[in-house]
Amino acid sequence: MEILKPAMAGTLESSDAQVMVEPGEDGIELSLESSVMNQYGRQIKATVLETLERLGVENARVAVVDKGALDCTIKARVECAVFRSCGQSAENIPWGGAVK
Amino acid sequence: MKNAVGRDIPDFLLVDGKEVYQGKNYMDGKYLQKAAPKTRRYEKPQESKIVSSLVDALKQCGAKSGMTFSFHHHLRDGDFVVNMVMKAAIEELGLEDLTIAASSLGSAHDPIADYIEQGKVVGIQTSGIRGRMGEVVSKGKLKTRAIIRSHGGRPRAIEAGEVHIDIAFIAAPTSDCVGNCRGIGGKSNCGSMGYAMTDAKYADHVVVVTDCLVDFPNMPASVEAIDVDAVVVVDSIGNPKKIASAAARISQNPRDLMMAEDVARVIASTPYFKDGFSFQTGVGGPSLAANLFLEKYMDERNIKMGWAIGGICGPMVEMLKKGKVGKVIDVQDFDLDAVNSINQTPNHFEMSASQYANPANKGAFVNKLDFVVLAALEIDTGFNVNVLTGSDGILRGAPGGHPDTAAGSKCCIIVTPLIRGRMATVCEHVVTVTTPGDCVDVLVTDYGIAVNPLRPDLIECLDNAGIKHVPIEELKEKAYSMVGRPDDLQWEDEVVAVLEARDGTILDVIRKIKPYTLED
Repeated sequence: MEILKPAMAGTLESSDAQVMVEPGEDGIELSLESSVMNQYGRQIKATVLETLERLGVENARVAVVDKGALDCTIKARVECAVFRSCGQSAENIPWGGAVK
Repeated sequence: MKNAVGRDIPDFLLVDGKEVYQGKNYMDGKYLQKAAPKTRRYEKPQESKIVSSLVDALKQCGAKSGMTFSFHHHLRDGDFVVNMVMKAAIEELGLEDLTIAASSLGSAHDPIADYIEQGKVVGIQTSGIRGRMGEVVSKGKLKTRAIIRSHGGRPRAIEAGEVHIDIAFIAAPTSDCVGNCRGIGGKSNCGSMGYAMTDAKYADHVVVVTDCLVDFPNMPASVEAIDVDAVVVVDSIGNPKKIASAAARISQNPRDLMMAEDVARVIASTPYFKDGFSFQTGVGGPSLAANLFLEKYMDERNIKMGWAIGGICGPMVEMLKKGKVGKVIDVQDFDLDAVNSINQTPNHFEMSASQYANPANKGAFVNKLDFVVLAALEIDTGFNVNVLTGSDGILRGAPGGHPDTAAGSKCCIIVTPLIRGRMATVCEHVVTVTTPGDCVDVLVTDYGIAVNPLRPDLIECLDNAGIKHVPIEELKEKAYSMVGRPDDLQWEDEVVAVLEARDGTILDVIRKIKPYTLED
């Protein structure tokens, strides 16, 4: 998938994560903040990158502000932000297709 | 050298007779030489001890650089006195190299972090350390290593002379002109003043800071005029709204209530649950809610609670008034119902921190406790509990009376949700051991109950009552299956704080945390 416009998903509530995606040119540029950084930072990074890969996103600037979300939440927020960024969030969302 | 809870204590700390933690009751039977203060004689009758400012009081007490000032934390997050005194000492008198020895410190004391960074405050000895102060100490900005003690460990250390208080500052809701203090009757009431009592007896100098001067004699006094050098009247000692909450409410959260019900079931299954039993509970959601369910079992079996101790709040006062508990003995008050009841409601008494929890006196109240119900930030598979450091390794809590009540009681129950956000509460190794596992008996979570294998008698009680329980490892695995297995924290070698066990041995150390990188 190609990121066409900036989009966001998620909140800054405890146990949630806010994900912003913007068009990018040179691969994935990830910035990550997390309330559980010291114990889960690398796992969160891996989850975000895996999810983008499954969605076929190759170029994007991605900012994640995590408030202690579980992996399933992080995946869902990344997925939603990407769908919104390429106008796919209105209909025919490929739930469970691109994202496993 | 490894201690009894498996923590590696650096040898350079084991000097001047300091030992590593050896297990509970290790110091039993040993003798203690108490340290006496050097106090000034006021033989010539004084009409009044009121001086016009904190600066004058500091001067009168011979305040100079390098001294140790003590404070008590009954005004909690509403306290103005610590900041006020340190400002006068540092900014007006130009003192340096000061040590703060407080019963606890909170985010109300954020300004002290600046004095630490400027090198004016060089020592911190406390139970609680939070907010900005916790952050700067964790970053290694304090010149000396902070010392963290429990509420019982503090009076022990003061009496043993391990901390010598040059000037004790007593934040007093009311005082008369010669320094008889009480926690009630003023505009910033806190109720019990239990944590200040040992300070007043063992400090060389004692300064009372009050915002409500009352007629002599202010009786019954929590801190007595015979120990007081000077009285300072200020506009306000604290923010009453933050000193005592309106009323500690019992949680309506169904998860808290479910855990509270399990706590009560566990209690009711033991032989200690009989007429006259004794009890302490924290004020956290599920701990406090346990009161509610316990009452049901008490009614069912037609028994009453003999006495309760601790930090006290409304629901316990309510039980006292209903005649369901015989006596309440109180070291600190958490809400207005408790503040307004102490020394007013018959059988609601005040006690000192030493009387509450000191392991080195001849028998503190905690030693007679049947049950204590406590919370935890983390608990590991050795039943060791952490209530001091966050999952990022930063100081942001307080051992408080946790290790004291756990060690003294016959049955210590920890109640906590299995996960909080992404944090596994039940884990492989806690960040810091604040209460050793040999003092903890039962763990109640929202995903199951575990009993410490050191207590086969309690396992039998639960089995007989048909209460399901699992090995604690199973709860840990359940937690990790939901949140993932955390990376180990990365530490520098530098020790920023020493955590003393209640008996004065070293239970754990807190090191400087390494900056985290996302690269492997």
